[in-house]
Amino acid sequence: MRNLVAIPLLGLAVIVQSSIIGQFPLLEGTADIVLVLVTAWALQEAVTTGFHWAFLASVFVGLVSSLPWFVYLVGYTGIVLLAVLLQRRVWQVPMLAMFTVTFLGTTLLHILTYLYLSFSGEAISLADSLGMITLPSVLLNMLVAIPIFGIMRNLANWVFPTTEAA
Amino acid sequence: MKDHFSRTIQTTITFLITAGVLVLAFGGYFRSASGVLTGGLVSVQYWFASRTQAIQEFLAAPGDLITLRMRNAELEAQVSQLQTQVIDLQQRAGETAILAALVDFSRASPESSYKAASVIGRDPSPFLHYIIINRGSNDGIQRGMPVVTNEGLAGRIDAVISDAARVQLVTDPASTVNVHLRNANTDALVAGSVTGDIGLELISQDAAVESGDIILTSGLGGGFPPELIVGQVINVRKLPAELFQEATIQPAVDFSRLQIVLVITNFRAINTVPLVPTAIP
Repeated sequence: MRNLVAIPLLGLAVIVQSSIIGQFPLLEGTADIVLVLVTAWALQEAVTTGFHWAFLASVFVGLVSSLPWFVYLVGYTGIVLLAVLLQRRVWQVPMLAMFTVTFLGTTLLHILTYLYLSFSGEAISLADSLGMITLPSVLLNMLVAIPIFGIMRNLANWVFPTTEAA
Repeated sequence: MKDHFSRTIQTTITFLITAGVLVLAFGGYFRSASGVLTGGLVSVQYWFASRTQAIQEFLAAPGDLITLRMRNAELEAQVSQLQTQVIDLQQRAGETAILAALVDFSRASPESSYKAASVIGRDPSPFLHYIIINRGSNDGIQRGMPVVTNEGLAGRIDAVISDAARVQLVTDPASTVNVHLRNANTDALVAGSVTGDIGLELISQDAAVESGDIILTSGLGGGFPPELIVGQVINVRKLPAELFQEATIQPAVDFSRLQIVLVITNFRAINTVPLVPTAIP
């Protein structure tokens, strides 16, 4: 039942992303707190619902964005996959895993966006996209990753209480 | 008898001395002496008064301190309340200024009917330049309607739900607007980009475009009404080897500060897609 916290949390994250975060760009890049939330959630040890969160997040973001929701679905699912793979290898250093998945995940989502827009016939400069959007976005996502990881760890402990804690 | 005489003399002498002293005093002869005397008295009185006051303050301090602290807390609460009011009023004043400018703009173009809307969000993807407004199909908003501010053209309605709509800004990489340069008397195309800059394309090589030229919508293609300000030419790139000239534009609208926009509700965009010729198999 506590898993349902994903619905209000991701809904709120999308609203905050759309109304507040987008107003504070670095060059043309912005932080993506939905992406960071999904990443941080998928990296928690006890969490088994990473893919559910990826699906829900992509549906919510797809409602607001003019980019189709399946682009986000592929991106967020890829991020959860990365997180699961990396968590098993660097489980002793969770923040390192968080930074790595945030970096790779942001890059992946931006590559997917770039490919979709290019196939849609929009002339987009790769150099501009990389220098003005992707790199600043990666930096901002890394910055917000630190507090969000802590919050999600506490949330994971609440949703999936360990036997000692219970 | 002798006693009575001597008492009368004493009284008379006393009276004369007193009268003399008074006459001398009124005449100002004792001024320096009285100054020394009163000065000393005042000093002594001040010393006593100040010590008394200090003792009184010391004894009454705890009660006053509590009263003062309470009063201070009340005043601090009042100050914070007033600060909140000031911020609220400043915000309202800002909104009023924007609305006044929009009203002026709508008065200047009375042939169009407008619906004001607040910007409530932006597209989460930094690659796209869309805004979300708080008016939708319930307010008569339809897809394709132009969106303007008092400064000029902002974009067009891209998607509508009952109480909100998504607006594609002219800075979006997928946005193109047919424009007319009045000074050069030529048509061109304004296109957006991922960086949010807009450029002027497809300018004929013969056209004499100069920096500072005003760019207006031409109305060609039926996507936007004519004569809406889009921006101003900053500089022109003219290469003889290329088919067209290009120019960079300073947009009329500050897209980073969009708060309230106007939707032109009596304009219907024409769908020209069926008119585009397709290859016959």
